[in-house]
Amino acid sequence: MKKKSILILCASLAVCIALLWLLQALLMPKYMGSVKEGALIGEYYDNAGNNDVVFIGDCEVYENFSPITMWEEYGITSIIRGSAQQMIWQSYYLMEETFQYETPKVMVFNVLSMKYDTPQSTGDQTQREAYNRMTLDGMRWSDSKWNSVLASMTEEEKEWQGQWSYLFPLLRYHDRWSQLTAEDFQYLFKKDQVSDNGYLMQTGVKPYEDEHVQPPLVDYTFGENSYYYLDKMVELCKSHGTQLVLIKAPSLYPVWWDEWDQQMVEYAEKHDLLYVNLLETQEEIGIDWSKDTYDAGLHLNVYGAEKLASYFGRILVDECGVADHRGDDTVSAVWAEKVATYYARKEKLEAQS
Amino acid sequence: MQITSFRFLLFVAAVLAAYYLIPKKGQWMLLLAVSYCFYLWAGIEYLGFILLTTVSTYAATMAMAANQDKQAKFLEENKETLTREDRKASKVKLKKTNRVYLVGCLVLNFSVLAVCKALLIEPFQTAAAAGTLSFLSIGLPLGISFYMFQSMGYVVDVYRQTTPAERNPFKLALFVSFFPQLIQGPISRFGQIAPTLYAPKKFDGKQLSFGLQRMLWGYFKKLVIADRIAAAVIALRGPEHTGVAFFLLTVFYAVQIYGDFTGGIDITIGLAQTLGIELPENFIRPYFSKNIAEYWRRWHISLGEWMKDYIFYPVSVSKPLLQLSKTARKKWRSFGQRLPVYVASVATWFVTGIWHGLTPNFVLWGMLNCFFIVLSEECVGLYERFHNRFHLKEKKWYGGFEILRMFILMNLIRIVDLFPNVSDYFSRIGSLFTTFNFHILWDGTMLKLGLTELDYIILACGIVLMFVISLIQEKKGSIRALLLQQKPVLRYALIFALLVIVLLMGSYGVGYNASAFIYNAF
Amino acid sequence: METLLQILQDLHPEVDFETEEHLIDNKILNSFDIVTIVAEIDSEFDVAIPAEHLLPKNFNSAKALYALVQKLMDE
Repeated sequence: MKKKSILILCASLAVCIALLWLLQALLMPKYMGSVKEGALIGEYYDNAGNNDVVFIGDCEVYENFSPITMWEEYGITSIIRGSAQQMIWQSYYLMEETFQYETPKVMVFNVLSMKYDTPQSTGDQTQREAYNRMTLDGMRWSDSKWNSVLASMTEEEKEWQGQWSYLFPLLRYHDRWSQLTAEDFQYLFKKDQVSDNGYLMQTGVKPYEDEHVQPPLVDYTFGENSYYYLDKMVELCKSHGTQLVLIKAPSLYPVWWDEWDQQMVEYAEKHDLLYVNLLETQEEIGIDWSKDTYDAGLHLNVYGAEKLASYFGRILVDECGVADHRGDDTVSAVWAEKVATYYARKEKLEAQS
Repeated sequence: MQITSFRFLLFVAAVLAAYYLIPKKGQWMLLLAVSYCFYLWAGIEYLGFILLTTVSTYAATMAMAANQDKQAKFLEENKETLTREDRKASKVKLKKTNRVYLVGCLVLNFSVLAVCKALLIEPFQTAAAAGTLSFLSIGLPLGISFYMFQSMGYVVDVYRQTTPAERNPFKLALFVSFFPQLIQGPISRFGQIAPTLYAPKKFDGKQLSFGLQRMLWGYFKKLVIADRIAAAVIALRGPEHTGVAFFLLTVFYAVQIYGDFTGGIDITIGLAQTLGIELPENFIRPYFSKNIAEYWRRWHISLGEWMKDYIFYPVSVSKPLLQLSKTARKKWRSFGQRLPVYVASVATWFVTGIWHGLTPNFVLWGMLNCFFIVLSEECVGLYERFHNRFHLKEKKWYGGFEILRMFILMNLIRIVDLFPNVSDYFSRIGSLFTTFNFHILWDGTMLKLGLTELDYIILACGIVLMFVISLIQEKKGSIRALLLQQKPVLRYALIFALLVIVLLMGSYGVGYNASAFIYNAF
Repeated sequence: METLLQILQDLHPEVDFETEEHLIDNKILNSFDIVTIVAEIDSEFDVAIPAEHLLPKNFNSAKALYALVQKLMDE
């Protein structure tokens, strides 16, 4: 009798936990509709392993580089771990986590986020929380995720001990039940791939028109915290024998000040790193700001991203010695599929716009 | 550490695990250690306060106990030779010496409490905010109103020799600091909790499960009900809300404080139960009371009992009052008989009022309660004749009417909590008779109070649920005992459903301001 | 005992104090009643009942109360 009641208790507990898990899956935002950026980080795991190049950074990487083009032109296997408003500490922990899955030859980091020193220096805190979620919720449970959470939390999140809600997102999205849509049920178990190896395709065109004048800054020195994480990146890559390449994507906004550029040039020199400011080679790349951007200069559209990939792929081959895998049948087979998906997506999006 | 925070839940889980794993003899020591951890978490600057109370309580009670022992020994040894007068003299002498310790300890502690409470009011707060007197801004030490009253009750009990003195200083320290009680009571008596507080406890699945269920119910009341309605209570305090809106405020506040305080106490008592410790009940469905005296026997019982035993009785049977009674009775027979009771009531309610805070509105609150208690006592005869004339007691609806009447009256008295400026309160009360703005109920005003339609639906359902549960408790007794008679699967399903409701509808996390318990502030 | 019963009876004529053993537990006497009784005893018997003896067990029945008065008179 006693045995039986314990059995019932355990079975009930198991059912309850399963139901809670299901509830959590239902309540979490799916990011399949308008805010696809939130799904990017989670898509890495299906495509992890055997990538020679990993891009890490904010929208300036996931909107601007097309891995498919680099494969087609150079046989480079690459993937992007980008997310909206990704902070440098988040980039660092993503990098750390990446080494759990693969050891690429080259890590490419976009240095724009050097300008944000702490979670408090990033503007609107409510919005910041939403961005944190998009970067962190997609990560699988790991030390890196936990540390990234602790480094990322806003004051409000700290106040209600939000770190636990990253372990159990139900605690964060508990009141979303009143806002559930069909999407939440449709993608409950299986989500679509919204990206092509981390690249989020945009086919729209919104030409760059007039120059926005940004007021100069009082102090151009990057913060201590930013440098702290950049140093950690350098060390981490060194310990894995991976070459760290710093880039500044050719986005016109937000402004990349010369003073900032100078600091990166000096940093790269000091640590013997390759630093490429792609803003300086826009013409060589062939970017036409009347056609190659979908939001007037903030990000490239797919036509610009293909041009940039073509240009940057050459640098990866020439300067970093990244290998051509097109001769490898198994790799080619995998990538053939990716290429097909890519063009299907491109066709579909072009038809829509 | 807020009792509704994840950190607190983790803390409790860790304490529970350790509590049942370590040797049973060490359980109470573990409780002492974690209670101090809990206390330190609130701020190391508060440590001195609780230590002061603990040390002074221990010193005073030990000194009194020593004298009591000496006297008992003296009486025992000289049993044959002493006359009745000698014995009486020795007793009087004992009381006299011990009174010094008693009074010293009480004065010391209550002065500290008074100073702490005084620092919360103007002009000290302004000075603290301006930074001119920065040491004033430490706030009220965690649980001070509760642990201090609990300790002082114990000191009096030892003096009266109704409770033996606890000779182990660490055990006494646990009595003072037992962490579930630090938030908002209950104010227990030593005799009530000592038997279970220090006893070694075997793991008992039923106790654990009952305790957790009660905590869950407490979280429901706090997070789903009280914290949800809090926004509207704050909004309705604005000066533009008069008449019907003010009446609504009194009802909303009744809901909020009920959910907040009884919910918090459910968490406290439930938590103690998971540790195998029995705390006294603090509420017995107070809103079902039919008169004000009954209400105060069912609401915040531990405070009421404390006031009764240590203020009301001693004052009312004190020599001057008995003398007053004698004189008064010669003049007005029956009123004179009641006069000492009323004088003692005023004293008791004055102290109860300032226990809540040293502002005029709390004094007024106490006096209003006192006034209505005395009034209803004076009108007993009148009522009885009225009832008999119309045979009201036999009518079923009359009981409901009495409850509703009581509910509204208490709401109107209680709301003075929220108006530190007493004249605001009276002008608001006045507006009840002059402003009949019923249109606010449907013209959209209700949706501008920080609550959405969905919130109102949740609140309505939650209130119905609390009402039904109370009704069942009133008629059939313990809900958890009733649940235990059901099939396990049904029982688990119901508990799980409550858990899911708390998880999904609780006010916590992003977009919700974590709010402390109201009684935290007292 | 007679005097005591008279005091109680005056207060609550409807209660049979000779048999009722749960005056407090059954909420027949409230704290106001208790204080009134103490005052009456004080004037009738000239015995002061100190606050520490105002316990339920001393007021639950007329017998218990009488025993208390006796004890206090003895001292």
